[in-house]
Amino acid sequence: MAQVRVTVDGVNYADDVEPRMLLVQYLRERLGKTGTLIGCDTSNCGACTVSLNGQSVKSCSVLAVQADGTEVTTIEGLARDGQLHPVQSAFNECHGLQCGYCTPGMIMAAVDLLGDNPDPDEHEVREGIEGNLCRCTGYQNIVRSVQRAAQLMKPGASVPTETPAPVAGGN
Amino acid sequence: MTTTAEPTALEFGKARTRKEDARLITGRTRFTDSITPTGTVFLHVVRSPIAHATITGIDKSAAEASPGVFGVYTAADLGAEGIGLPHVWPLTPNEKAPQRPLLAIDTVHFAGEGIAVVLARSAAEARDAADLVEADYEPLAPVLDMEAAVADGADLVHPSLETNVSDVWVFDAGAAGTGGDVDEAITAAEADPDSVVVRRRFRQQRLIPAFMEPRSAVVDPTGEQIVMYSATQVPHVLRTMTTATLGIPESKLRVIAPDVGGGFGGKLSVTPEELLCVVVAQKLGKPVKWTETRSESLLAAHHGRDQIQDITITAKKDGTVTGLDVRLLADMGAYLELVGPGVPVLGAFMFNAIYKIPAYKFTCTTVLTTKTPTGAYRGAGRPEATFAIERIMDELAVELGRDPLELRKQNWITHEEFPFTTVVGLTYDSGNYEQATDKAVELFDYAGLRREQEERRRNGDKVQLGIGISTFTEMCGLAPSRVLGSLGYGAGGWEAASVRMLATGKVEVVTGASGHGQGHETAFSQIVADQLGVPFEDVEILHGDTQISPKGLDTYGSRSLVVGGIAIVKATEKVVAKAKKIAAHMLEASEEDIEFNAGQFTVRGTGQGKAIQEIAWAAFTGHDYPADMEPSLDSDAVYDPENFSYPHGTHLAAIEVDTETGHVDLRHYVCVDDIGTVVNPLIAEGQVHGGLAQGIAQALFEEANYDEQGTLVNGTFVDYTLPSAADLPSFTTATVETPATSNPLGVKGVGEAGTIASTPAIVNGVIDAIRHLGVREVEMPCTSQRVWRAIQDAQGKATRETPIDTHSPGAGLGSIDPNNPQGEVQ
Amino acid sequence: MIPSQFDYVKPASVDEAVQALVQAGEDAKILAGGQSLLPVLRLRLAAPSVVIDLGGIPELRTISDDGDRIAIGAMAPHHDVLRDDLVKQHVALLAQATSTVADPQVRHRGTLGGALAHADPAGDLGAVALALEAEFVIAGTSGTRTVTAADFFVDYFTTAIGEGEILTQVRFPKYTGWTSHYEKFNRTAQAWSMCAVAAALRIDGGTIAEARIGLTNMGTTPIRATGVEQALVGQSATADAVRAAAEHATEGTAAPSDADAAADYREHLARVLTGRAVLAAAG
Repeated sequence: MAQVRVTVDGVNYADDVEPRMLLVQYLRERLGKTGTLIGCDTSNCGACTVSLNGQSVKSCSVLAVQADGTEVTTIEGLARDGQLHPVQSAFNECHGLQCGYCTPGMIMAAVDLLGDNPDPDEHEVREGIEGNLCRCTGYQNIVRSVQRAAQLMKPGASVPTETPAPVAGGN
Repeated sequence: MTTTAEPTALEFGKARTRKEDARLITGRTRFTDSITPTGTVFLHVVRSPIAHATITGIDKSAAEASPGVFGVYTAADLGAEGIGLPHVWPLTPNEKAPQRPLLAIDTVHFAGEGIAVVLARSAAEARDAADLVEADYEPLAPVLDMEAAVADGADLVHPSLETNVSDVWVFDAGAAGTGGDVDEAITAAEADPDSVVVRRRFRQQRLIPAFMEPRSAVVDPTGEQIVMYSATQVPHVLRTMTTATLGIPESKLRVIAPDVGGGFGGKLSVTPEELLCVVVAQKLGKPVKWTETRSESLLAAHHGRDQIQDITITAKKDGTVTGLDVRLLADMGAYLELVGPGVPVLGAFMFNAIYKIPAYKFTCTTVLTTKTPTGAYRGAGRPEATFAIERIMDELAVELGRDPLELRKQNWITHEEFPFTTVVGLTYDSGNYEQATDKAVELFDYAGLRREQEERRRNGDKVQLGIGISTFTEMCGLAPSRVLGSLGYGAGGWEAASVRMLATGKVEVVTGASGHGQGHETAFSQIVADQLGVPFEDVEILHGDTQISPKGLDTYGSRSLVVGGIAIVKATEKVVAKAKKIAAHMLEASEEDIEFNAGQFTVRGTGQGKAIQEIAWAAFTGHDYPADMEPSLDSDAVYDPENFSYPHGTHLAAIEVDTETGHVDLRHYVCVDDIGTVVNPLIAEGQVHGGLAQGIAQALFEEANYDEQGTLVNGTFVDYTLPSAADLPSFTTATVETPATSNPLGVKGVGEAGTIASTPAIVNGVIDAIRHLGVREVEMPCTSQRVWRAIQDAQGKATRETPIDTHSPGAGLGSIDPNNPQGEVQ
Repeated sequence: MIPSQFDYVKPASVDEAVQALVQAGEDAKILAGGQSLLPVLRLRLAAPSVVIDLGGIPELRTISDDGDRIAIGAMAPHHDVLRDDLVKQHVALLAQATSTVADPQVRHRGTLGGALAHADPAGDLGAVALALEAEFVIAGTSGTRTVTAADFFVDYFTTAIGEGEILTQVRFPKYTGWTSHYEKFNRTAQAWSMCAVAAALRIDGGTIAEARIGLTNMGTTPIRATGVEQALVGQSATADAVRAAAEHATEGTAAPSDADAAADYREHLARVLTGRAVLAAAG
């Protein structure tokens, strides 16, 4: 067993884990953070993408012990004070998801991309999310969503979303 | 009493954002693998690494002694040798159908077939113990090539069947009386100097559905009903078939499809793992969970396509098509999947497509091989048919020196000719191929691109331009139950719905269509909002749980809206009829004088009225209602369509081929689809995008291959190459609308259109780009190497194809050498 | 999905790491960024008894100007390398090639040293290190030694790093003022290079004064295309001259054959892509 101390979505945890435990298993099985999903075993699909100390990583390719001393944000910690993150709103507004399985990872990758490049063109968006596979959307509306989020995140941008989806409750 | 906001404009046709997104974008989801009842035991399947072998021994002792292990079981240990997985689509009474056991008994028939299960306290411990199961095999000859498999003296997959041919299914328009005899047409064309005969062989490579959520099942036997959660697209079919197969009363099993992460036909199955979970959960009396890894999924979940198509088309030299003969070999894999043989046969009715073809014959031979079984994959039979006809129309155009679009126009059913009964006897109710094509041609700038193509050819540009055309139709809304019955399918094609008017005027709608990403909740809510005149937000769609939605036939074949949606409409009509009676009673008017509009029941010619919510309350209180009815508005409906629906469209692709490297670049894609009326354009467009991506992926990227030993070489996402965002362009999509006349909404279905149409558009475009170099065919997927080699071959530069070492680094697993896994890794 | 059991050690210094490695014996694996190692462990293609994580040694992540060289710590993540000003200014080819490695998430974790020590011939950075004549600093029980790139890559997944040794730093000579290009060809954006060419040129008065060409996935190791280099020197970078020089690209290669590309096709690609890389480098 090895010890891991980690802050996940604002909560501090200290746990003993098997060294072989992957960060994604730790999040899902130990912390109940089932919003982060597993789609492959070769780190191709990106469904498990989370933010580790502010950088997007595939949590299937990080050992839980490697996250010791770090701060992790998952899809479940993205909305703040009941307000969706602009990337989340934009995915809803632009129909950037269908089955929703790639969505947590896709959103986390998009958040990272926009942190690096606040105004990406279509090509840059496509390159920026190439580590995340989606089987439903053909990516077009995901690209639109990311570009829409970039608009929403511009300093001073008003956020006129049509129907702000509730963070909790609702459908 | 509650009345809510007045509904305003019609919901139908509105680009509503999806109500189901709120959970999916915040991680508040409930996929099967996220459900773990306390005390859950984890199941791991030990799989054969060998395609075809006799099992000579299984030593479980080390595995049984491994920490946390409850048991290691073979089929014999479970007493399950007699249980065969369901197969519900026998083609003919002569079909040879090997029984598929839950776990291989004496012989394994494909690499990936389970031979034992390990049950342990954690998934990790189950996996650890599985490594300790020692199985000995005596290898048998793998059967991999369909043509060799059907030849005399072939090695047999199942020797007891004495053949690898499972069945031969024929549709002969001449014999059926729906058209002419194609043999006569071919003979006549061969003898006629004013006719041509074009023969081509096309190969539909094997594909893997590759839904993003791996399959998973959790079975909890601790209540009165056994509860099964499964990542399935067919909870109702799963319930019925599980109970029928295992001899459990249907009333003792509840199946829940919670959030399901895509299916695409790949979750239209009843799997050995689901049944094993039930059997073992009953044995242990504890919840049992199985979740596959991606590599397991690629290996063992059913595959799709895999056909060899021999197509003969005859035509007059003026371009009039006179006959079409289709001969298929369809690879079923080692066993017949739930609907396996039905897939190629669904295509039988679509090879004639949008064309007036007077003579037609379809012959399909289903073949057993030692590969993963094949089953439904998006489009199921219709993409294969559309590919063949659209490819050969291009070939015919070349043969005749005609523009491929003009040739199509000459042969297609004109809009004045609808309804039109085709050579297979189906009646297309509506459509307008001219309209869709004209719009696509304009959006695409067909003439401009043809000019550019000409110019590039003239200049001998390194990068050549091709234009790919696909004018397709499909049969959707599976399906009229009688038709399915006549095709040998074991169930019907109806769909069920219930509408419950709650006391406060809110509405619960139960549907048997089990969505898994399509946006049912939103689209169905829009329909119900209009039908009942209630706000969109007041409608709750319930589905995917046989306890809530006891009756249904689930989601596949673009049927949810066209069949399930119409069932909902029928149920709402009954609600309105009941409400009208109560309204008349409350308003002291005759029922005939009550008008219903936008949620208000009014007495004709007066301002007097009642909102539907008020009537719901009245029905709830039951204080005062007509004597001849029950105090309830709730209504059920089961809708069985009379005909399929026939979406169609014109898809055009501008393809650039780098003739130096063979690299294919999809520069521009335009599609104009007629999917009838559109409930929600945002959702419909999303369905088209996703469909296009999958169809394009067949044309360019994806392929499941086996090596000579019968091992799947595309066993991870490193080797089974799904396109990422960086591999696809944005598409230009548009719709035209000729409403379906076969249903009250005029809808036709959209789930499969993009996939069915796009594959031939891409391949036609690739070949069009390099045809002037002498290329006639490029097999799918059109990888750079295949394209380059086709160009070399066409120019007489014989290439030396060196033998492939599929295990060479750079070829495979994350470029990891499986033969040398201990190599330096840092 | 779940690796086999292993013990985990996270040393705080290179010395500790070497000690741990010696103690653990040949059954140990070094964990750098883990972006190749973890998939291998998850698929259980390897089952080390001990994993030694270099993530606790901060000095292995630094990138510094070392006079005539840029010294990059073995644990510097791709993400840092590709946007480092020193690297961009003096070893631009490395920055560009690194930007083509995998995807953003993998570049956040994956490291220069890890990728090079993994020595996958389909990996993108080996050809760059070889062409640019990088030096590899390797630490062992008896101190450090330096190995040239030409000696570093030995075979498939095999380098000059010996038992009980750890790669700590990669030192690139400065190519200030050179022009360069990495031309990558793959089946899909996620796929490993089917073939790729790293090219760096020093152009003087319209003539190629020096050239460095490395090939990815054309043999069991990265390959230096010296024939092309020699043919380019003294030429002006015209399409014809470059194409003629690129004909030498396959000299000394031993192209693998796989489902995506048989050897003859790879050889053809190597020639075409070499031409393109050089022309792109020449601007």
